[in-house]
Amino acid sequence: MLIKLTGGKVYDPANGVDGEVRDIFVEGGRIVSPEPTAKIDQEYALHGRVVMAGGIDPHSHIGGGKVTIARMLMPEDHIGQEVARTDLTRSGCGHAIPSTLTAGYRYAEMGYTAAFEPAMLPANARQAHMEMADTPIIDKGAFVMLGSDDFFLRQLAGKADFSAIKDYIAWTMHAAQAIAVKVVNPGGISAFKFNQRKLDLDEQHVHYGVTPRDIILTLARGLKELGVVHPIHIHGCNLGIPGGVETTLDTIRGAQGLPIHLTHIQFHSYDTEGDMKFSSGAVRVAEAVNASPNVSIDIGQVMFGQTCTASGDSMRQFVNTRSADPKKWVVMDIECDAGCGVVPFKYRDKSFVNALQWAIGLELFLLVNDPWRIFLTTDHPNGGPFTCYPHLIRLLMDKTFRQDMMRTINQDALKYSSLGTLDREYSLYEIAIMTRAGPAKSLGLKDRGHLAVGACADITVYDDNPNREAMFETPELVFKNGELIVRNGRIVKIVQGATHVARPNYDIGIEKSLKAYFDDFHTVRMENFRLSDEEIIAGGHGSLIVQPTGARTS
Amino acid sequence: MGVSMVGTGPGTSAKGHYENVACPFCGILCDDLTIDRVADGLKVMNTGCEIARAGFERRVTDTPAQIDGKSVPLDDAIAEVAALIRSSRLPVFGGLGTDVDGVRAVMSLADHAGGVVDHALSEAQYRNFRVLQSGGWVLTTLTEARNRADLFVIVGSDVHALHPRFFERIVCNEKSMFSEQPAKRTVIFLGEGLDQSAATGPRIGEVLSLPCKADRIGEILVAMRAIAKGVPIADGDIGGLSRAQVDDLVKRCKASSYGVMVWAPPSLNFPNADLTVQAVAEFVKDVNLTSRFAGLSLGGNDGAVSAGAVCAWQSGFPLRVSFASGKPDYDVERYAMTRLLADKETDLLIWIASYTPDLVPPVTDTPMIVLGTPGLKLTGTPRVFIPVGTPGADHAGLLVRCDNVVSLPLKNLLRSTLPRAADVLAAIEAAV
Repeated sequence: MLIKLTGGKVYDPANGVDGEVRDIFVEGGRIVSPEPTAKIDQEYALHGRVVMAGGIDPHSHIGGGKVTIARMLMPEDHIGQEVARTDLTRSGCGHAIPSTLTAGYRYAEMGYTAAFEPAMLPANARQAHMEMADTPIIDKGAFVMLGSDDFFLRQLAGKADFSAIKDYIAWTMHAAQAIAVKVVNPGGISAFKFNQRKLDLDEQHVHYGVTPRDIILTLARGLKELGVVHPIHIHGCNLGIPGGVETTLDTIRGAQGLPIHLTHIQFHSYDTEGDMKFSSGAVRVAEAVNASPNVSIDIGQVMFGQTCTASGDSMRQFVNTRSADPKKWVVMDIECDAGCGVVPFKYRDKSFVNALQWAIGLELFLLVNDPWRIFLTTDHPNGGPFTCYPHLIRLLMDKTFRQDMMRTINQDALKYSSLGTLDREYSLYEIAIMTRAGPAKSLGLKDRGHLAVGACADITVYDDNPNREAMFETPELVFKNGELIVRNGRIVKIVQGATHVARPNYDIGIEKSLKAYFDDFHTVRMENFRLSDEEIIAGGHGSLIVQPTGARTS
Repeated sequence: MGVSMVGTGPGTSAKGHYENVACPFCGILCDDLTIDRVADGLKVMNTGCEIARAGFERRVTDTPAQIDGKSVPLDDAIAEVAALIRSSRLPVFGGLGTDVDGVRAVMSLADHAGGVVDHALSEAQYRNFRVLQSGGWVLTTLTEARNRADLFVIVGSDVHALHPRFFERIVCNEKSMFSEQPAKRTVIFLGEGLDQSAATGPRIGEVLSLPCKADRIGEILVAMRAIAKGVPIADGDIGGLSRAQVDDLVKRCKASSYGVMVWAPPSLNFPNADLTVQAVAEFVKDVNLTSRFAGLSLGGNDGAVSAGAVCAWQSGFPLRVSFASGKPDYDVERYAMTRLLADKETDLLIWIASYTPDLVPPVTDTPMIVLGTPGLKLTGTPRVFIPVGTPGADHAGLLVRCDNVVSLPLKNLLRSTLPRAADVLAAIEAAV
């Protein structure tokens, strides 16, 4: 069936298209260029409408053990937020930590067609994929966590051959069915198990003697040489600490030009000025990012309200339990592999700290020049739920609205941030980069995030409403693989998205040492640790897309 | 659906050999079994675990579906179940002894039919969930404890009876990740009547026994917490232990480099046992202010952990959810299966038990449908009985382990060709 989307204003930054009126043709799930005489089976007149590729969230905790622990921990998040079953959709619930089905529907209703789980523990990968399989409509993928797992730390401490380390990284990506690799508080999750309570960039892990800097550089170089498109995704040391900005700047300087992605950088941009010894370091961070083309970031914007943070960073989350609201929380040490911390938070606009966190996130958005290297995230649900994105987009696109909001928050906080001096307003083109083209390019999704002929027909059509929050909240039309799935913000068809993975080459010989390691120490056999393709695609839950990787060097 | 999945009786007479087999018959899901298929069924080759042997080696006899005790074709049974569910005011899906796909199918059907979901072992699991929902905890997992712990405190739970290989695999292991010559471990049994026989071998140093009544353990832990904080408490015995014994226990916990307090919720079978779990959780939290310490919860047999997890990720709540209003409605008391049956608020129980023949439904005169493993020890004749396979023996599957982190693939050992509960449930939903 040939579909024509006629006369919309197209924002397709990957192809340099900035609001031009164009027709788009879709057939067989792809964007096509039909013969002029081809018969159009269905036409949508989109005059005056804004057309973009489907949104792509590159960092959203949508699946895996810690998310389900958060769901269990917080029935009060769900009560009053129940969603009834319809003829098409299943029931569900949740505000900050929605049930899997509801999360899939809400992303689609907001014009997003893909979301990536950024903290999949290898030991929990199977469950993460089960939960993502139960998240309908959108495409998924996950970043597998390395850097506090004992196999890697033993390799590093034992000065293993670099090629074997790369084999292990690649093996883990295959075994966990991942598209990228994340490091969380490098070495710190393991150090916490040895009762270390902090681990600075150059501080040695008490057992292994390695430093976070060693870990980051090894993973950054390893992924580059493996040809994995997305660089090491770094949740740095010292999250949430006033003065953590210094660690962030050191991490950027220390990358030695290797590609790195610094995630939820807002939480790592805190300085120590003022009476409260807490101030914005956003200007310094933005300067460093602007000067370092090897660095990309996402923000992890804080949004006011109740949420529940869920992180792999057991070391820092244990400290954060002091601020738990309500006062209940979970911290776990996991499988000589990783850890997690689940801590409910209530971000209050009248709180000095929370208001400043909000301001710092916005400052970073407005101070970083290159939208191709900055992605729009709230680190769902850690800074706030992904359903806040339309509000956040309005804050970025509408200076008057932003200033109105600034008047409602703790005014002292604004004294320690440059937000009040910033006039920038994002354009639709820049928003399309930050929410589509940029993440797709960074993750190596070759046929997603753009609208050229051959691209997957994931397309979102918005009313060009000057209230950008209303515009992005309720798209008029959303297509997934060329099928209309949402009309006026309501689901009209259920489809199952694909799971994106990347599979760099490795020498299967690594399994010899892994097999011995699993047999000696683990409670799971190596053969059962690995996820098969069948597990991902079984039961009609979806399909696998292997995204290309570059050639492995050395 | 329909005939394609019909098939009862033995799977194949062909011989077979399987390695790295995961055992679904208790919550710790050992996955190192070697199993052969021999002439008269399966044989576990490399472990003497009674639970594994009983589970895998049990002969599954050829049982057709039944309506009112009379054999019928499977499609007729499915049609009858669909009709019963359609006419039910509030169907309750109980037992839920199945795998991840089975629970997924239950959730979809319960959502569709406006039913309630609850697991046979929910009462035990809620000893944990209530604590999670009110205070939380610091927990560890099996591999972490196996390599790291220098102290195990077994809290009021007969772990060896419930999980016969727990000590072998987690406590008595000779190799450890962090040392060529790992230190000996101390094992403390807090409670009475606990089988200590498995705490033995070269890794085991001291084994201490602190006998006390199970329902007084909470008292001891609360006192330990006070002592650790330096809060004065009244002199005299504490929960049946002397003050000196309790002081010593606190000292050992504080001095351990990584102590682990182990409990199994099904063992803490007395009123308000969640308060005992809470006392454990709060003590463990406090120790972590200065040194490392963790809880480890076991139990989770009969797919209980998978049922709680899948229900939580799909509905937001860990079981005891009603879909009668069209939305998930959560109430720990109101939607407890046993209470709904006792107060006659349900008119139909759909009981699922695919692992052991012992997971029997509560005695009730409420009409009942059973999806069960053949040989299930029913006391009466259900309205409809549909035999289903055991995940990990009769068909492949997935289960979540007791620590709620690791999940394991279960193999199809071709023990029989009995259908998956998931497929039967999907066929029922299609017919409803």
